[in-house]
Amino acid sequence: MPLDWFPLWLSLRVAVLSTAISLGAGLWIAYILANRNFRGKEVLASAVTLPLVLPPTVLGWYLLVLIGRASPFGKLWELIFGSPLVFTWKAAVVAAILHSFPLLVISARAALESVDRSYARAARTLGASEWRLFWRVTLPLARRSVFAATALAFARSLGDFGVTLMVAGNIPGRTQTVAVAIYDAVEAGNGAVARTLVLVISFIALLVLTVANRVAMPLTESR
Amino acid sequence: MIQVKLRKTFPARSDSVGFALELEFRAAAGITVLFGPSGSGKTLTLDSIAGFVRPDEGRILLEDDILFDGATGVHLPPQARNCGYVFQNYALFPHMTLRENLVFAAERRPRLERHRRVNEMIERFRLGDAAGRRPHELSGGQKQRCSIARALIGAPKLLLLDEPAQGLDAPLRAEFYDILRQVRSDFKTPVLLVSHDLDECFELGEQMLILRDGRIVQSGTPAGILEGPANLEVARLLGRFNLLPGEIRALDPGRNTSRVLVGEFELEGPYFPGRLKGDHVTVCVRPDQLRALPRNGRPGANQIPAGLTRAVERSQSMRLEFDCGIAVDLSSLEYERQRDNRQWVIEFPSDKLRVL
Repeated sequence: MPLDWFPLWLSLRVAVLSTAISLGAGLWIAYILANRNFRGKEVLASAVTLPLVLPPTVLGWYLLVLIGRASPFGKLWELIFGSPLVFTWKAAVVAAILHSFPLLVISARAALESVDRSYARAARTLGASEWRLFWRVTLPLARRSVFAATALAFARSLGDFGVTLMVAGNIPGRTQTVAVAIYDAVEAGNGAVARTLVLVISFIALLVLTVANRVAMPLTESR
Repeated sequence: MIQVKLRKTFPARSDSVGFALELEFRAAAGITVLFGPSGSGKTLTLDSIAGFVRPDEGRILLEDDILFDGATGVHLPPQARNCGYVFQNYALFPHMTLRENLVFAAERRPRLERHRRVNEMIERFRLGDAAGRRPHELSGGQKQRCSIARALIGAPKLLLLDEPAQGLDAPLRAEFYDILRQVRSDFKTPVLLVSHDLDECFELGEQMLILRDGRIVQSGTPAGILEGPANLEVARLLGRFNLLPGEIRALDPGRNTSRVLVGEFELEGPYFPGRLKGDHVTVCVRPDQLRALPRNGRPGANQIPAGLTRAVERSQSMRLEFDCGIAVDLSSLEYERQRDNRQWVIEFPSDKLRVL
C-alpha cells in the first residue's frame, strides 16, 4: 500500500501555523507577566499553564463547548466562512495552540525576566519607549531562550494527538494528522506505515531541537 | 539646578527592619556628591530622581520641569525625565557595538543630527578605536567613557552616577575623575554622584551631602565639612578624626579661650559657644592637625605624653598611632627626624580644637 504522506504535510502545516500564532500571542502575554503587576496576575499565569496539566480529553471537551457547532463562536465561524470550524484542519491548529501557547508563554516569560534589569533601566533613561526597549534590547538579549521555546512549541504541535482527535477528528485526507495516522496504522496492524511515520516524525523533532540549540548564537555578557 | 524633596518609607516586616528616606536638598551646576555608608539611602535617592522608584511624598524639580509631585500625583517615567544615568555596572547593551550603543541613545534626534552627535561623542571621549567593538571586548576605561558618553548624548539636564569608580584600580579611577571634570567644564550639566569613598568626594565634590539612615546629616563643601563636622555622628562617619572624650573645665569668652580636660590633662582651645562648664563633650581633632614631638621633661602647654605603638607608612605621610588611642600624621621628612624618639608628646593646636 503506497504511503500516504498527507498526514505529515498536514501536521507540518498545522505546527507552523499554531507556532506562529502562539509566538505572537505568547510573547505579548509573556511581556505582560514579566513587566506588569496587577491583581490576578498569578491567576492569569496559572490559567495559561492549565492546558499543560489537564488531560487531553478534558481539553477536547472544553474546546468542543467553546468552538463546537452549537457554541456562539462556532455559529459565528459558520456564518462567516460557510462551514463549521470543528472537524476541519483549522480545528487541529486550535488544538495544537492549546499546548504550544502555554509552553511559549512560560519559557518566554522566564527568558524576559532573566534579562538584567539594568539594561531596561538604562534604555529608559536614554529615552527609549517601552516598545523600542522590548524589540531592540530585551528581546534580542533573550532571543536564544525564546528561539528554543519556539522550537519546543513547534515540536510539540507536530505531535498533538488527543485534543486534535476530539475537535478535528480523523478524516483521512482532510484532518488526519501524523500522530492520529500512526494510531490508525497501529490499530490496523499496518506496521510498516506506522514505523515509517514514527521515524520521520522523530527525525524532524530531533532536527528541530538540535537546530534550536545551535543556531541561536550564545551571547557573551560582560560586566 | 535640581531641587529635591522626598520621603519614602519601607515598613518593617517580619524579617527586615523598616527604612525611611527623608531629605531635601538642591544641587546646582557642578559636581555634588552623596556620601554615606551602605544602606544610607544614596542609591534610593538617585533612583527616585531618575524615576525608577516612586517616593511617597515630596517634589522633584529639575530646572523648570516637575519630575515628581506627591501632592498632584505627577510622576514622570524615566523616559520623560531627561536625566542621564551611569550605572555601577555600566549597563552597556552587550548585543550592540559601542557605536550602536551611542546611536541607540541618540535615536530621538533626526537622522542627520544623530550621526553627527555620535561622531562628536566618539571623538570627544576618545572612543574611535573601539567604536566597532562589543562591550565585552572593551577595556575598563573604554566602557567607562562609553557609558558616560551614552548618558550625555541626549543632552540631559542632570547626570546621575551610582558609585561609578567602585572597584576600579588607581589609574582607572584617576582617568574617571578626569573625565568627570571634563564633563563638568564642557557640558555644564549638574552631576550627582553617589559614593562611599571619602577620597573620591574630595577629588570631585564641590558640594557634599552626608547621608545616614535616610537623612542628610550635613551638607557643605568637603573641605568645610572636614574643618567642621556638624556632630559626633558625622565625625565618626568621615573616619578622619581623633575623637576623645573630655569635660569642659573653663570658658572665657573674653579672651576667646576654653579649657577641656582630656584624660588627666587640660588642653586649651578656642572659646566654645553654647557650652557650659562641666559639659561632657568629645574633642575632635584631625591627625594632621596634631604634632608629635620628642618629650623633654614635663609636657608643655597643650601637650600630652604618649607611647608610640605603631608607625604606619601611608601614601603621603606617616601615621603614628599612640597608646592613648590618638593618631598623628607626620610628613615622611618629619618622621625621619624623630624616629628614634623614645618618649613622645602629642601637641594639640589651641586654635584648631573643636568639640562636639
